[in-house]
Amino acid sequence: MDRLLDAVAALGRLSLGLCRSVGAVAVFAAVALSGLLRPPFHARNFARAFAEVAYFSLPVVGLTALFTGMALALQSYTGFARFNAEGAVANVVVLSITRELGPVIAALMIAGRIGAAFAAEIGTMRVTDQIDALSTLSTDPMRYLVTPRIAATTLALPLLVLVADILGVAGGFLIGTGKLDFTAAGYLRATVDFLQAMDVVSGLVKAAVFGFFVALMGCWCGYTSRGGAEGVGAATTQAVVSSSILILASNYVLTELFFAR
Amino acid sequence: MSAVPKLRLVGLRKAFGAKVVLDGVDLEVPRGSSMVILGGSGSGKSVTVKCVLGLIEPDGGRIEIDGRDLAALPRAERAAVLDRTGMLFQNGALFDSLPVWENVCFKLLAQKRIPRRAARDKAAEVLAQVGLGPEVCDLWPAELSGGMQKRVALARAIAAGPDLIFFDEPTTGLDPIMAAVIDGLIVDVVKRLGATAVSITHDMASARRIGDHAAMIHKGRIVWTGPAKALGNSGNPLVDQFARGEREGPITMDLRR
Repeated sequence: MDRLLDAVAALGRLSLGLCRSVGAVAVFAAVALSGLLRPPFHARNFARAFAEVAYFSLPVVGLTALFTGMALALQSYTGFARFNAEGAVANVVVLSITRELGPVIAALMIAGRIGAAFAAEIGTMRVTDQIDALSTLSTDPMRYLVTPRIAATTLALPLLVLVADILGVAGGFLIGTGKLDFTAAGYLRATVDFLQAMDVVSGLVKAAVFGFFVALMGCWCGYTSRGGAEGVGAATTQAVVSSSILILASNYVLTELFFAR
Repeated sequence: MSAVPKLRLVGLRKAFGAKVVLDGVDLEVPRGSSMVILGGSGSGKSVTVKCVLGLIEPDGGRIEIDGRDLAALPRAERAAVLDRTGMLFQNGALFDSLPVWENVCFKLLAQKRIPRRAARDKAAEVLAQVGLGPEVCDLWPAELSGGMQKRVALARAIAAGPDLIFFDEPTTGLDPIMAAVIDGLIVDVVKRLGATAVSITHDMASARRIGDHAAMIHKGRIVWTGPAKALGNSGNPLVDQFARGEREGPITMDLRR
């Protein structure tokens, strides 16, 4: 009986802790977003974060999308050949990339690259008193550090996903025409005819949501880090893990909202 | 000297969980004077200063600057009062991602008190006051030695012309000559600004150089205040033991053997 009570108590503590954390992150997000409503706006920090996400992440996201499109075309072909449906490769590639893989893969790469960087940078500022120094210099650390990063990542990730979509489809096209005997015109026609605006738009909306989560968790984990180098390391890991989980969970919810019948 | 002290702390209390750090700190810092707060590690010196600067919320007590109770002020007025303070952090806390000139003029730029193109010249001017040349302006904090970082941090603390400046362990980690240089700079800039200074230090030589008055904090309370010159022969056994660095005395360290 005691063991059962201990287990229930542990479960209760876990649930309370989770609720507390979710509440704290929600308040943190609300404070950060309120910074968008009134000045000062730290345009330089916004521009720096935007460039970091939209421009300097292009190679890693582009390559990932390209190889994903290539692998997808190959997998679809070998799988569909069992049902004599090889002709659907282009359709599968474009739908998978624009609706799912483009946004999710780009967001996961950004979580590893940008979310981790935000956590490490802000975490280091926290443990070296730089955040306190901002306050003593009459600058709100939330508005200076967090609001611009969240705004920039939320706006930049859809642009990055648009590029990822194009390169992912291009990867499928390369394999389709170079290895699988599709004609270039036939592959492109199949791609364009099958694609609907909603497929792309839904992916871009997902990207904005994923971008928000990546930046939010990166900033939150960094801002609340404690305990020197070890704390910053833990914050960085936590940022990547939590934002990856949020990306995958919210992807399901958004897919349900957009496409469930 | 004005009757209203520049800074007055009344019964300031702060605990972290079960650990009581400030247990009713009472302190007055006269306008235009330099007060040194002494105390062992963990005695609550830094927490006191962080409470004054609004970085930590105290559990109780009153903080008055120019006779105005900070807790009773509307948010904007409180921010305006704190806007006239400066702080030199123990490790400098310079912003790694900004060059020296932007660090020095950070507050002026953030508040748009000077245009960006004039900020570099202003930074060079303030850096000269702490003995650094204009060639330092374009360096990054990581490229500076410990002494230079302290001087840049001092320049940043005074650039906006505060009238109440806090120095947290300004000479920690510096060699004795550089420590004396920093102390001299602190005395100079505080006099030039006509500011009130509050310094936290373990360094007795530094305390005597920069302080007009000294206060000793022990177990979360101020146990002695007096002239900084009296350190070492204050008549208070706690202060005298601390000032002389003696092992035997009323202050005991919990050492596990």
